[in-house]
Amino acid sequence: MTKNILVVEKILSANDRIAAQNRAIFDEAGIKAFNFMASPGAGKTSLIEQTVKRLIPRMNLAVIDGDIATNLDADRAQAAGALAVQINTGGECHLDAVMLNSALKQMNLKGIDLVIVENVGNLVCPASFQLGTHKSVLIASIPEGDDKPYKYPGMYRGVDALVINKIDLLPYVPFDMAFFSKGVEILNPGLVSFSLSCKTGEGLDRWLDWLVSNS
Amino acid sequence: MHELSVTESILEISLRHAGQANAKRVTNLYLVIGQLASIVDDSVQFYWDIISKDTIAQGATLHFKRLPAKLICLDCSQQFNLGSDGFSCPNCMNDHVKILSGDEFYMEAIDVET
Ligand SMILES: [Zn+2]
Repeated sequence: MTKNILVVEKILSANDRIAAQNRAIFDEAGIKAFNFMASPGAGKTSLIEQTVKRLIPRMNLAVIDGDIATNLDADRAQAAGALAVQINTGGECHLDAVMLNSALKQMNLKGIDLVIVENVGNLVCPASFQLGTHKSVLIASIPEGDDKPYKYPGMYRGVDALVINKIDLLPYVPFDMAFFSKGVEILNPGLVSFSLSCKTGEGLDRWLDWLVSNS
Repeated sequence: MHELSVTESILEISLRHAGQANAKRVTNLYLVIGQLASIVDDSVQFYWDIISKDTIAQGATLHFKRLPAKLICLDCSQQFNLGSDGFSCPNCMNDHVKILSGDEFYMEAIDVET
C-alpha cells in the first residue's frame, strides 16, 4: 500500500541540534563565541590578527580556524597571542556544527573569555550551517565590489554584524557605498556595520568596542 | 559545495519517518527550497543516488519545489517575487522594500510503501 507521510522537518535540523550542544558548551564555560565568515581574500585573517593583538591584554582569546588549505591562518592567530586550533574540514566548503563540536571537545576552554571561529572563505555555504556561536559576523571588503549583497543574499541575511574591510582602498576602486548599503538594509534591516581598515587601523576601535560589549 | 552533508540529512530524515511508519520502501521525497537558501538541487540528486543505495530509499525520486523569494514594497504595498535585476519594486521603482520569505529549506512529505 502506498502512503503519503507528512514530514515538515528542516533539512538541517540535525546540524542545528549539534549547534545547540556547542552553544551549551560555550555557555557553561562562560565564553562568548563569534563566527567570522567572508569570501576568500576579504581580510578575515588580518582582522582576526588585529583583533587578537588589541584584545589580548584585556582578555583570553581562542581562534578556531577552519581554513581548508593550510594552517597559516592559525599560525598568525597564535603569533598574535591567541590559543589557536586548526579544524580539518576534509575539503568541505564550510564549517558545520559537528566539526566545531569535535574541536571544542579537544580544547582546554578553561580561562578563555572569547572564541573566534574562522569559517572557510566562501560566500554561499557557511550561511546555511548554524554553529552554535553567539554572533555571526560577515567580513566584506571594498575590492570585492558593491554588488555582493545582491549576488549573495543568503549570506547577508543571517549575520549579526558586518565589517567592511579595506576602506583605505576606497579612493582607488569604484565602490558605491550607498548602493551597497541599500542592498544590506533590505536583506538585514538595521544590521550593525563597521567600516575599517586593518592596514591603517582606521575604524578598529569602534569594532573592538562592539566585540567587547558583546562578550 | 556542501550538498553531501545536506543529502545525508535528507536520507536520515526520510529513513527515520519511514521507519516510524514501518514502511518497506520510500518512493518519493518532496523537498521545499526557498530562493535564498543556498542549495544546488543537481548535486543533491547526484549524491542521493550514491548514498541512498542499499537503503529502503534506494531509487526514490526527489522532487524539488522551488519557492521564489517574496518581497513587499514598503511605499506602495506591492508584493512581488525577487527577480535577477535587483530588489526594486516593479510598480513604483522604489528600493524601500522588505523580504517576506525565501529562506525555506525543509522536507515536506514522503511517499512510502507499507
Ligand atoms: Zn512600490
